[in-house]
Amino acid sequence: MAIEGVDLVKAAAFLGAGLSMGLGAIGPGIGEGMAAAKACESIGKNPKEAGLLTRTMLVGQAVSESTGIYSLVIALLLLFVV
Amino acid sequence: MMEFDVQTWIKVAAFSGGGLAMGFGAIGAAIGEGYTAAEANSAISRNPEMAGDIFKAMLVGQAIAESASIFALVVAMILLFTNFAAESFVTVSVLLASGLSMGLGAIGSGVGSGFPAGAACQGMARQPAASGRLTTNMLIGSAVCQTPAIFALVTSFILLFTNFSGRPVSPTWAAVLGAGLAAGLGAIGSGLGGGLVAQASCEGVARQPLTATPVTNVMLLGQAVTQTTAIYGLLVAFVLMFKNFVPTDSIAPPMALLGAGLCMGIGAIGPGIGEGFTAQSTVRWIARNVEATADLTRVMLVGQAVAESTGIYSLVIALVLIFVV
Repeated sequence: MAIEGVDLVKAAAFLGAGLSMGLGAIGPGIGEGMAAAKACESIGKNPKEAGLLTRTMLVGQAVSESTGIYSLVIALLLLFVV
Repeated sequence: MMEFDVQTWIKVAAFSGGGLAMGFGAIGAAIGEGYTAAEANSAISRNPEMAGDIFKAMLVGQAIAESASIFALVVAMILLFTNFAAESFVTVSVLLASGLSMGLGAIGSGVGSGFPAGAACQGMARQPAASGRLTTNMLIGSAVCQTPAIFALVTSFILLFTNFSGRPVSPTWAAVLGAGLAAGLGAIGSGLGGGLVAQASCEGVARQPLTATPVTNVMLLGQAVTQTTAIYGLLVAFVLMFKNFVPTDSIAPPMALLGAGLCMGIGAIGPGIGEGFTAQSTVRWIARNVEATADLTRVMLVGQAVAESTGIYSLVIALVLIFVV
């Protein structure tokens, strides 16, 4: 079975897309979980500020989500554009 | 290059798969049980009068943590002592995948189950009257921790006992390897995360036995959400094992399937651990401030949903790799 150059490039793009999204999901998953953990801890200490804390948590999580979205974008680029 | 027949390659794969299954499979339980023993020692030094009960709780907790490794031992034994039919080169990949799935899948559950057992030992030293309730709570929590390892075991058994030799060698070899990796790697995060939640609930029951009911309930809810990424891994593994793929000579389709398995497997680790942190903290604070249970549970679910998003991206990319490209 002869492997052509184009074929090999496609194979690498597919594998790269999978690795990009897979590895890229680790950090945001753990980081956002920690942000939410601290938010819950703070609500436990001071339930009156639950609204403010939830809002702050969501903004923080949105920022830490960004690298996950970069991974998604790169994966989609590898799959459909390159 | 030396040429070997199918039979030789299948033996090579069976022995390597068996080694990988037991090697990886030994990591988690050993760490988890060591942690439990360390906590038990510290608990006995705090309250030597409870030494008998703490010792018993330690052994029961360690026995549960051990089960993930025993699954790996069973799979390794099957791989070592079965005579696999030498019909197709696909079997080589199937056997490796089955070993990898169970080996990797045992890591998270083994470590995770050690956490609640350790917390239960500490709790008995602190609150001897709650021993019974603590043991029950530990058993429920650790049992849920084992589910990701059971998902990996199911995948491993399906790989071992399904006849894949009628399928086209390429791309089936990559599909089964991807399935093993998706289920095995996907179990790591959920096993660990589930353990963190159960740890906090044992700690909470000891701190404030009156809150045992909400603490156990929210623990189960938090663990259920934590398990979802392992379920995505199992789902992708099932699709990869049971979908019929068209035969191909090109290298791209097999790499897409292997990529899908890796993507879902690795992508499930982070959200599993992160959601575990969230639920751990929630359960811990419900025990301290039970009036805030409703607020805490709501924020926990919102936080976990956001942490889940990257796991869902991984699922999407994996399904695109399988069904679209």
